[in-house]
Amino acid sequence: MQATSHATHHDPTHADSHHEELGFWRKYIFSTDHKVIGFQYLLTALVFLLIGFLLIGLMRWQLAYPGRAIPIGGALMEKMLGSDMVGKEAVTGKVGVIMPDLYNSFGAMHGTIMVFLAIVPLAFGAFGNFVTPLQIGAPDMAFPRLNMASYWAYFYGGVVMLVSFFVPGGAAKSGWTSYSPLASVADAQYAVNGQTLWIIGMVLLITSSLLGAVNFITTIIQLRAKGMTWMRMPFFVWAQFVTGFLLLLAFPPLEAAGIMQLMDNVLDTSFFLPTGMVVSGKVADISGGGSPLLWQHFFWFLGHPEVYVLILPAMGIVAEIISNNTRRPLWGYKTLVYSVLCIGFLSFIVWAHHMYLTGMGTKISTFFQTTTMMISIPSVFILTCFFISLWGGSIRFNTPMLFALAFLPMFGIGGLTGLPLGFNATDIYLHDTYYVIGHFHYVVAPGTIFGLLAGIYYWFPKATGRFMNEFLGKIHFVFSLIFMNAVFLPMFVQGMAGMSRRMYDGGATYSLQNTPEAIGALNALVIKHNISITHAAIGLGLAQIPFIINFFWSMFAGKRVTSDNPWEATTLEWSTPTPPPHGNFLKEPAAYRGPYEYSAPGAATDFTPQFQAEKP
Amino acid sequence: MDIPYTSKPRPDTGLYNAKVGIWLFLASEVMLFGALFSSYILLRIGADVWPQGLLNIPIGTFNTAVLITSSVTVVMAWASLKMNNFPKFKLYMGITILCALAFLGIKSIEYKDKFTHYQVWLKDGTTLTGHIAGNPYFWNHNTLDKKKLDHIEFTSDGKHDAKAGDKGQSHPGGHAPAVKIERKDITRLSAYVPAHSTYFAIYFTLTALHALHVIGGSLVLAFFWGPGSKMWKTDPERFTNRIEIGGLFWHFVDLVWIFLFPVLYLL
Repeated sequence: MQATSHATHHDPTHADSHHEELGFWRKYIFSTDHKVIGFQYLLTALVFLLIGFLLIGLMRWQLAYPGRAIPIGGALMEKMLGSDMVGKEAVTGKVGVIMPDLYNSFGAMHGTIMVFLAIVPLAFGAFGNFVTPLQIGAPDMAFPRLNMASYWAYFYGGVVMLVSFFVPGGAAKSGWTSYSPLASVADAQYAVNGQTLWIIGMVLLITSSLLGAVNFITTIIQLRAKGMTWMRMPFFVWAQFVTGFLLLLAFPPLEAAGIMQLMDNVLDTSFFLPTGMVVSGKVADISGGGSPLLWQHFFWFLGHPEVYVLILPAMGIVAEIISNNTRRPLWGYKTLVYSVLCIGFLSFIVWAHHMYLTGMGTKISTFFQTTTMMISIPSVFILTCFFISLWGGSIRFNTPMLFALAFLPMFGIGGLTGLPLGFNATDIYLHDTYYVIGHFHYVVAPGTIFGLLAGIYYWFPKATGRFMNEFLGKIHFVFSLIFMNAVFLPMFVQGMAGMSRRMYDGGATYSLQNTPEAIGALNALVIKHNISITHAAIGLGLAQIPFIINFFWSMFAGKRVTSDNPWEATTLEWSTPTPPPHGNFLKEPAAYRGPYEYSAPGAATDFTPQFQAEKP
Repeated sequence: MDIPYTSKPRPDTGLYNAKVGIWLFLASEVMLFGALFSSYILLRIGADVWPQGLLNIPIGTFNTAVLITSSVTVVMAWASLKMNNFPKFKLYMGITILCALAFLGIKSIEYKDKFTHYQVWLKDGTTLTGHIAGNPYFWNHNTLDKKKLDHIEFTSDGKHDAKAGDKGQSHPGGHAPAVKIERKDITRLSAYVPAHSTYFAIYFTLTALHALHVIGGSLVLAFFWGPGSKMWKTDPERFTNRIEIGGLFWHFVDLVWIFLFPVLYLL
């Protein structure tokens, strides 16, 4: 375990393949080192985050200026995607109008890419891989080669998803939820269509998550260092542990459902297709007897635990950073641990609150309304613990801390706006409106993404040996915070005014101007929000430029760290050399105390690391 | 760098890494098959009629016995290693793999029978089951149009088509003589393929997914039996653990079949 690439004298009996200097390919591309794999996940997922953002940027343009060509790149897009996807402006003939099919594709793929290819790989793949083994004092993951396999399954899943844009008919266009029978009917004239590739891509991504989950849980159970008892684990590790179980148990039903939908699409079965289904005015040539509701159950059986897969790792990151920068122990560590376990359990029995309007029955709705209200309790516990942790602290406002602090109210807004959606009665009104979009984006975008950005700024010095630039970081933070809210806050207004989330023209069809006689027609102000949201989204995109510059510039020219523990933190990852070598620890690590011993009375410094031995 | 507890159990958990890993993996497999079994229940509850007696119970029973045998021998293989008897391991593992192949062979014969067995729905509301002359695979009513056939030669089973009216005058072989059915009288024709009905859809999905597990499992076990068994010389403890892990997976595959058999064949 001691052998590292830094060691100059090898023990001759250990001179096996582990000690050879690995070539470029084995070291950076097909690596089994959890830190390199973590970095691979990080970079790939950030690229997908950008792609997902570009898709929504194009959609937002269409919503703000329906029927107008996009300002740049219209001709190129037409070349890539074909003229049925990218049209011409009616008056000027300018190329670059997003056609309805393309809008639908972008909508479906924005969700898919953001959830399955960007946020989960960032939260679980990147941070889980890099930080978890370090924090528990393990030399690597329990199954390093499996770890590599799960990255590559993810990578190929991503490739399949991207390729699907270029097959006849374009990418999947039935929403990221791919509800049947729509998903089986759309583009059914093509043998291999976007939906088929979507399912194949999903199967690869599910495989990746599954292998990852098995690996993470095993690592946490088996490879904890000496003295690292369960209740001495940093909260981040607990969050990853529960996330692992969610992925492990919630994904397989979607895989089963994916197989069934694939059968529906390719072998003409009727798992999700009802008897007497009519497509384009003709009774479909199928056996019938299937149930569209069944797909929805399976999808949301994954879909809801997935929400917690997105949020729990971010909570873990925020816990680490808050404790470190308030220089105080995390308030209510045990409450946090039990809350996260509760959330993990409850998240499996709330899924059908996405389906109140499907006609599954009021009794079932009542059950799921109850469990949904129950799951908000541990979530509030966690947030409350974080807030109380701030109380009386002497807070260091560095960039990671700013993002972590912003996470709290942003996630708070996201969580609290979810309550009206969890109640049957109010959900009938709010279902499928922009209110829903606002709600879950507050959870995931300024919530989770801020948590993840905080984590990048926080662990960057450990990973590279250099700090990220504080000034650029603060610019990134301030503008991101402003624009995030400018994007998502007006959506609550639009939603409560009744704007449907799936309208291609941004609600113009049902505007007061076009249909003054319609009850609940959208007034001009509500429609106008489309424009301000789009501008804010462009601003949000620009606000990421300082981050991208900062990330790459700091990697090579940032301020060097002068110690292995630059933030004066307490957890085990800060006891390794910087950056940690293959095998992580120079001597066998051990934990001598709890994870958050800051400002302990009588201690010499205001932090007492887990790896600091008791004085004899 | 060495990962700890790859073959020695960790003292406080009492398990080595791979054993934790395989149990977690099996938990996810339970969810995978659980989802399909739930679909079975929901589809059956929602169905107007649920076909019964279309599968060959004696063959299914025999296949169940084959798999249970393989489950026993895979344990014997592991136990042989524990008792340091490598030739016995080779023997028992060999039997296990042969059983897996036998199972797959029998299953494919069953599949083939289904692919050439047809149901035809007629204009007058009756249906017939049986075989089309020449025993073609995978036909349906669209095939008839594509081939521009105006009729089919149909040998009815005689047993299943109570409505067809010729049950009273059943023939010694259980088969009615071939009849000519005009295309214009046929509203739907389907072999016993997934598209036939939700029953066959779930039957084929479940059994094919199970068969994939059998194939995957037997490939791994065959590797341990063949080239992988070299490890017995270099690291016997780890090799024995590998057999245990492979065996656990194999038991799971058997267990799935033990649920599949009554659910699909008997109920």
